[in-house]
Amino acid sequence: MKVKVLILPKRGLLDPEGRAVKEMLVDEGFPVKEVKVGKVVEIELERDMDIKRMVERYLVNPLVEEYIIE
Amino acid sequence: MKFAVCVFPGSNCDYDTYYIIRDLLGKEVSFVDYTTKSLQGFDCVVIPGGFSFGDYLRAGVLASKTPLGNAIVDFSQKGGLVLGICNGFQILTELRLLPGALLKNQNMRFICKDVYLRAENNQLAFTKSFEKGEVIKMPIAHGEGRYYIPEEDLKKMEERGQIVLRYCDEEGNITQEANPNGSVGNIAGICNSEGNVFGLMPHPERACEDLLGYRDGIILWYSLIA
Repeated sequence: MKVKVLILPKRGLLDPEGRAVKEMLVDEGFPVKEVKVGKVVEIELERDMDIKRMVERYLVNPLVEEYIIE
Repeated sequence: MKFAVCVFPGSNCDYDTYYIIRDLLGKEVSFVDYTTKSLQGFDCVVIPGGFSFGDYLRAGVLASKTPLGNAIVDFSQKGGLVLGICNGFQILTELRLLPGALLKNQNMRFICKDVYLRAENNQLAFTKSFEKGEVIKMPIAHGEGRYYIPEEDLKKMEERGQIVLRYCDEEGNITQEANPNGSVGNIAGICNSEGNVFGLMPHPERACEDLLGYRDGIILWYSLIA
């Protein structure tokens, strides 16, 4: 079983990487409103398990990041 | 007083720190590697700068999940002194021994330069030889040093005297221009509410000898043995 964890900077926090990418895309003429740059962690599991607990404890810092499990 | 210097894969200021403690302070010091399970017998544990575990995932997070990470938590809860420098500060926030987080610098660049710092709290074992408000010079060298904490928590920290060092100009004024990385409140160093855990982004171990153009760093180290 494969899962993907998408980790993004928390809403409202300054994301200088996202801002720099947005400015570049806007300068290139694209109608871009907001860009966030995060990371993807792809995990292959041996068996089914409570992945939320693992993600929150080990992969994400809830103070500054939010995540989506796919 | 017996010191431990933590060594994670990717630590790179460990020898500088060891040298300062052994040769400049003349104190007993040992390296402890990341598989170490107990820090019993030490009085002060220093987590040096570097890129532990390559800064993978987030700076400091993988180091915080090692046996040594657990031993540092245990040691601090028993009242032991813990000093985290640069990557060591990042590890302390990931261990939740210090509040807040250290994010990528606002300008997205690795910054390596001298900064001026104002000593806001001189009541700690780490800072007792500083004058309150004293301006000191030390180098910084980091890509992820933007200290962040929500505003309501920042107020509580200020009330408890947990802000130890702030970036300032040469005269000690806290200005936006003097803030190298976008940290909230120009924060460069903080302590826990008990005052036995201290983390800072600047490098006091690189600022101890006239030959290198600094002398302020040694005041911090002397505080520890005074």
